[in-house]
Amino acid sequence: MSEKEIMNNEGGMSQKDLIPEPVEITDALIAEHGLSGDEYVHLLEILGRVPSSTELGIFSVMWSEHCSYKSSRFHLKKLPVDGPQVIQGPGENAGVVDLGDGVAAIFKMESHNHPSYIEPFQGAATGVGGIMRDVFTMGARPVANLNALRFGEPDHAKTRHLVNGVVAGIAAYGNCMGVPTVGGETNFDKRYNQNILVNAMCVGLADTDKIFYSAAKGVGLPVVYVGSKTGRDGIHGATMASAEFDDETDEKRPTVQVGDPFTEKLLLEACLELMNSDAIIAIQDMGAAGLTSSSVEMADKGGVGFTMNLDLVPQREDGMTAYEMMLSESQERMLMVLKPGSEPAAKAIFDKWDLDFAVIGETTDTGRLIVHHKGEVEANLEVATLADSAPEYQRPYTKTAKAETITADDIPPTNNITETLIKLMSGPHLSSRRWIYQQYDHMVMGDTVQRPGGDAAVVRVHGTNKGLASTTDVTPRYCYADPYEGGKQAVVETWRNLTAVGATPLAITNCLNFGNPTRPEIMGQFVGCLEGMGDACRALSYPIVSGNVSLYNETNGVGIPPTPAIGGIGLIDDIAIQASLVFKTEGDVIILIGDTQGQLGQSLYQELQTGDFAGAPPSVDLSTELKHGDMVRRLITAQKVSAVHDVSDGGLLVAIADMAIASGLGAELRAAPDDIAAEAYWFGEDQARYVVTVPAENKDAVLTELQTAQIPANEIGVVSGSDLIIEGADSLAITQLTERFEAYLPNLLA
Amino acid sequence: MRSSVIVFPASNCDRDIAVALEQISGSKPDMVWHGETSVPSSDLIVIPGGFSFGDYLRSGAMAAQSPIMKDVISKAKAGTPVLGICNGFQVLVESGLLPGALMRNRDIKFICKDVFLNVERNDTIFTRKYAAGETVKYPVAHHDGNYFASPDVLAEIEDNGQVAFRYASEDGEVSEADNPNGSLNNIAGIYNKELSVLGLMPHPERLISAELGGSDGVLMFESLVEAFA
Repeated sequence: MSEKEIMNNEGGMSQKDLIPEPVEITDALIAEHGLSGDEYVHLLEILGRVPSSTELGIFSVMWSEHCSYKSSRFHLKKLPVDGPQVIQGPGENAGVVDLGDGVAAIFKMESHNHPSYIEPFQGAATGVGGIMRDVFTMGARPVANLNALRFGEPDHAKTRHLVNGVVAGIAAYGNCMGVPTVGGETNFDKRYNQNILVNAMCVGLADTDKIFYSAAKGVGLPVVYVGSKTGRDGIHGATMASAEFDDETDEKRPTVQVGDPFTEKLLLEACLELMNSDAIIAIQDMGAAGLTSSSVEMADKGGVGFTMNLDLVPQREDGMTAYEMMLSESQERMLMVLKPGSEPAAKAIFDKWDLDFAVIGETTDTGRLIVHHKGEVEANLEVATLADSAPEYQRPYTKTAKAETITADDIPPTNNITETLIKLMSGPHLSSRRWIYQQYDHMVMGDTVQRPGGDAAVVRVHGTNKGLASTTDVTPRYCYADPYEGGKQAVVETWRNLTAVGATPLAITNCLNFGNPTRPEIMGQFVGCLEGMGDACRALSYPIVSGNVSLYNETNGVGIPPTPAIGGIGLIDDIAIQASLVFKTEGDVIILIGDTQGQLGQSLYQELQTGDFAGAPPSVDLSTELKHGDMVRRLITAQKVSAVHDVSDGGLLVAIADMAIASGLGAELRAAPDDIAAEAYWFGEDQARYVVTVPAENKDAVLTELQTAQIPANEIGVVSGSDLIIEGADSLAITQLTERFEAYLPNLLA
Repeated sequence: MRSSVIVFPASNCDRDIAVALEQISGSKPDMVWHGETSVPSSDLIVIPGGFSFGDYLRSGAMAAQSPIMKDVISKAKAGTPVLGICNGFQVLVESGLLPGALMRNRDIKFICKDVFLNVERNDTIFTRKYAAGETVKYPVAHHDGNYFASPDVLAEIEDNGQVAFRYASEDGEVSEADNPNGSLNNIAGIYNKELSVLGLMPHPERLISAELGGSDGVLMFESLVEAFA
């Protein structure tokens, strides 16, 4: 019998009557599938019968937190997702934003936390591979990769191994793909000792009239599998990523997928080549929950059914069951629905790139996902139910209590500002990340105009003078102390970083990393952060177009600090007019924009002096952010400033030190004003601030412009020599500071 | 100047070199798929950077066996100039057009950064627009760039003046401190005996305008354009 006949021999029977053999249900089996007792009862109600083994597996992954967002969906709906620049918001493989002139940016960030802790190299590598597939499945060529990494305390026994593995994994995948890894951030904090975070972001560029979606509209169309063969790797990866860790976590290594960037590079080129024709009706990558979630999503969005014959799936191993094939998370695979008749031309492209190409089924008008294997029906489920029936929880939450404001009086003072600066700049939080980003090819594609190490990375939009700026940021200690202010701050910091290079911020993606949502205090963190993010996005007209939620980042009941990592993109109209944090010329006047109260709660200075973070984080005033940022961007566009840097972690003196190190030039700085403690002035982490330099002849005009706009601005010093000289404090050679700044990570990790 | 760029599965600097060649020579190169058996008549054949065949087995080893390489080798032997950059250098070594081997970097890690190089001689088609002994800035981006050759081969390369570029300080001083990958004698690039084939690990095509951070790579392509004018 041919495959076609196998799939169509339902004869006179109704499709509904093809009932697969029920599995023998036990409590243990239900628990193994990550389902609660109530959820199983719900499943039985929907199905009206006992599921087959394959069906149970399908429900398990579709209802996993990772795929269903069952704890977060209710709150995610409240985030702003619209704007004139938005072509596609959340709900597709990635978000799409209009860059003008027929070009769109397609981008998303995604977590690979659980796998990266278990197997750092492969976990991180496949995270990068997965996010790139999300972007190129929509028709974009990836042009920039970024990441946001959180590790445990530097001297924890596993940290060195995890950092080395994660960085090497990101490098191996991104470098082979030939996509520059241009930006990111790395934190060390003991609260990540048992749960590291690996968030990968990818930005791609596509023509606005060549964007591909996942809705499989039309009946009788071929369902085509392309890419790598299917193996047994990653089965239940999505379920694993939706549970807490315990002492047996290392035994979950087999659920981690193995990446093959070579195959993905071929898949990228083959897909983009096929996308030049009109053969593709719908396309979706096989990521978490593999063939299951890709087929269900495509069928659901298209309003059709899928009948698939798994005998036709290219397989890497013998004897795989339907259950294994439907749940495998083997990497570098795509599912497509093509126009009938286009298969031979499409297959020729995949043959050229030495990739598998197999018609494994067709779209139907039954509205059902019917899976055949070895002559048996292994699953027969209603697509719409499967897609929409996942539980949605409004989990109880308790709001995080407001912490007290910390002032300089609460912290043992430093008697040596210079020495304190050196300690901060040569420690885990602020030291150079060169050791990391030098392992990433950040120049391939020949368009990187601002490399890692600045506020935001900038890649040229190929063949134009436009620049695409991108950054990732969040300050988890702020979010822990005050989720609402921390959520605002995370969004605002990306916006400031884009602004500081002269870009107009356009939109964000996010990776919401939290602990166990069934604990009300964790859910309170989640709700608080989202409220803050939402308010910030609305105030800045800076919508969220894609993202991912990673819960259960928790081990033996101890959760991570709330970490809503934000990835922002912005547009520079002409890369000839952009800014960087590098001091340019001696004699340039240094101006601080924004108000300094000296907020030291949750500051790096506080941790240095007291050994811990405490109190309320700096407050974020959104209208002030908007006003100050828009002004800074105007000054950059008018070419009145020579260097720009936002003030964030570590405060004002750290920002100035960054600018000095990047240039090798020193600065002469005035003493702190009399009305504020020196350490609060230099190391307070007040928001809405920027350090800019202006050529001396522009100084008066710029100060007047700021004053007219009623924006606080103070001349605080001048770019000068090769030392950092603060009035009344020890001077410091920039070469010495640089040496300490650069030494920390190599000493820790090499 | 008419040039051809060989494209292998997972070459990834093919577009970059094509952009540089077009920007500087004014004409687009022919992009030649590795499965072809003949290279169009060209003044210059370029083997670009990337991860041909995923660097599986050994960097460049599988690409050296691709169908197109028979014709590249025969054209190179007949005198057609060949330029191999990064993975292209590895392919040239693996295919026997250049001596030696490229091993894993000394500290085992991939490394991407700007380096300084001394242009050892300026009497070749690749370097005629540089000053003799000039120090230039090109970026490196590789995992396997640690040049190795047996003592006799190394001596021969040095005696023949086949060293094209050496890693150096910004001031042109050659020392271990400025050797990014452990290459013997700080070798960053070498010629064949006839000076018609050049392989180098650094990427001249990546620094071809001020906005990219420098333009020291331009003179290599201008040298070639002048040579074939």
